[in-house]
Amino acid sequence: MSVNVNRYKCGYCGACVGVCPVGALELVETWIEIDNTCTNCGVCAKICPVGALAVVK
Amino acid sequence: MKEKYDIIVVGAGPGGSITAKTCAKAGLDVLLIEKRQEIGDPVRCAEGCAKEGLIKHIQPDKRWIAAEVKGSKIIAPDGTQIKMSEEDSGGKAGYTLERKVFDRALAQEAAIAGAEVMVKTRATGLLRTNGRVSGINAMYMGETHEIKADIVIGADGVESKVGRWGGIDTSLKPDDIDTCAQFLVTNIDAGEYSKFFMGEKYTPGGYVWIFPKGPNSANVGLGILGSKCGKVRPISLLENFMKTNMPEGKVIEIVVGGVPVGGPIERTVADGLILVGDAARQSDPLTGGGIINAMDAGKIAAEVCIKAKEKGDYTIRTLNEYEHRWRATIGKQLIRSLKVKNLLVKLSDEQLNQLAHSLEEIDTSKMPLPKVLPILFKKNPKLLWELRTLFI
Ligand SMILES: Cc1cc2nc3c(=O)[nH]c(=O)nc-3n(C[C@H](O)[C@H](O)[C@H](O)COP(=O)(O)OP(=O)(O)OC[C@H]3O[C@@H](n4cnc5c(N)ncnc54)[C@H](O)[C@@H]3O)c2cc1C
Ligand code: SF4
Ligand code: SF4
Repeated sequence: MSVNVNRYKCGYCGACVGVCPVGALELVETWIEIDNTCTNCGVCAKICPVGALAVVK
Repeated sequence: MKEKYDIIVVGAGPGGSITAKTCAKAGLDVLLIEKRQEIGDPVRCAEGCAKEGLIKHIQPDKRWIAAEVKGSKIIAPDGTQIKMSEEDSGGKAGYTLERKVFDRALAQEAAIAGAEVMVKTRATGLLRTNGRVSGINAMYMGETHEIKADIVIGADGVESKVGRWGGIDTSLKPDDIDTCAQFLVTNIDAGEYSKFFMGEKYTPGGYVWIFPKGPNSANVGLGILGSKCGKVRPISLLENFMKTNMPEGKVIEIVVGGVPVGGPIERTVADGLILVGDAARQSDPLTGGGIINAMDAGKIAAEVCIKAKEKGDYTIRTLNEYEHRWRATIGKQLIRSLKVKNLLVKLSDEQLNQLAHSLEEIDTSKMPLPKVLPILFKKNPKLLWELRTLFI
């Protein structure tokens, strides 16, 4: 389970990191890393200001 | 880098740098780390702040003041304008900062006061001794390090992990975050006021802001309450706003970001750990402003660290003073703002117009928002009944 980041769209703001309930995301300089604790809840994709995230089912 | 410091501050935003500077000035051994290679960049801010709040912490310097503003104009959905927050003397009441330079200047002050600063250094976890926080794991230029400290300050912003590692759940619910997009727009007449456009017409559960950054350019941005985001996104609403309202404007920078707007969280200290600024969710739920709150909290945190060092006690027993002091000041204001925000997001555009019209005969231009709110309540008790506890 995971989310896809469109790196060409992402503005590396860290908002998704702040809402992830399980802390699966991390902002490192200009990219988002996702670890395997992601539960597919979709909150990050919902709040991304530019719509750079998509849940992978 | 040493093996051990008195204080490690994670994050060189305004909150972290003020904490580091204040601790270092008192002679404490301080390490300030920032994960980015450039402090202050990329910006995640509209850069507006009141003069009064700022000058408590740093002497204004034209290197990082992009523009001075006379006051604020709130614009209702039907175009009715309400002026606020002007200075009695007719002078300038607020600033639009240049945060890329401002954040660096603050970090520089911390360094000059004696703090060690490391950039491109990311905290990746917390060290523990007998259950209490005793330092950090850090990565510098791809290498991992263990660095010990008596107290770790989490000043790591909206994406904060330090609190979570320390057992404090700081994750934001969609209702607790404003998700924002902003353009630095040039080729426009920016005017002399910070402008706020209210209403569903522009954006659901937020507002559009225009903060002058000079005569011909401004930060133009908007926020959507996270719970209302998804079908529409800040970036596309902002593009629409630009098309309709400033077709002549040219975009020379894009900023995106999230502001915590959920009000005070349950806990901001643990044994050997203090959270400051956006990491402690101390930004204002109504305005989204967090620069001054982060600096005020950083100052309090540092004063408590200095005491803790004198006593040699870094447990909650001593650090709780921070909790009490920020809640009695910043916290009170956050709770008020949260109540007002929770009501405002429920009002229709017609109701917002009605509120604006009720002020038409009153000169609010010299009043700050906290003075205008009780007047609004008096004029619109039915509409604002939910807020009665704030004013009666
Ligand atoms: C679009 C937008 C507009 C805003 N407009 C305004 C405004 O007009 N006025 C206002 O007052 N406020 C505004 N705010 C809020 C304001 O930007 C924040 O409240 C303020 O920056 C908080 O300061 P801080 O020091 O707590 O955190 P930040 O300034 O966010 O600093 C945190 C720092 O920690 C670093 N960091 C994070 N994790 C780690 C780690 N693991 N290791 C090392 N470093 C780390 C980050 O890189 C960052 O530099 C706005 C916010 C947004 C998103
Ligand atoms: S919220 Fe969106 S733009 Fe911001 S860092 Fe996450 S993916 Fe990138
Ligand atoms: S889908 Fe949910 S759990 Fe997965 S990264 Fe996004 S917010 Fe975190």
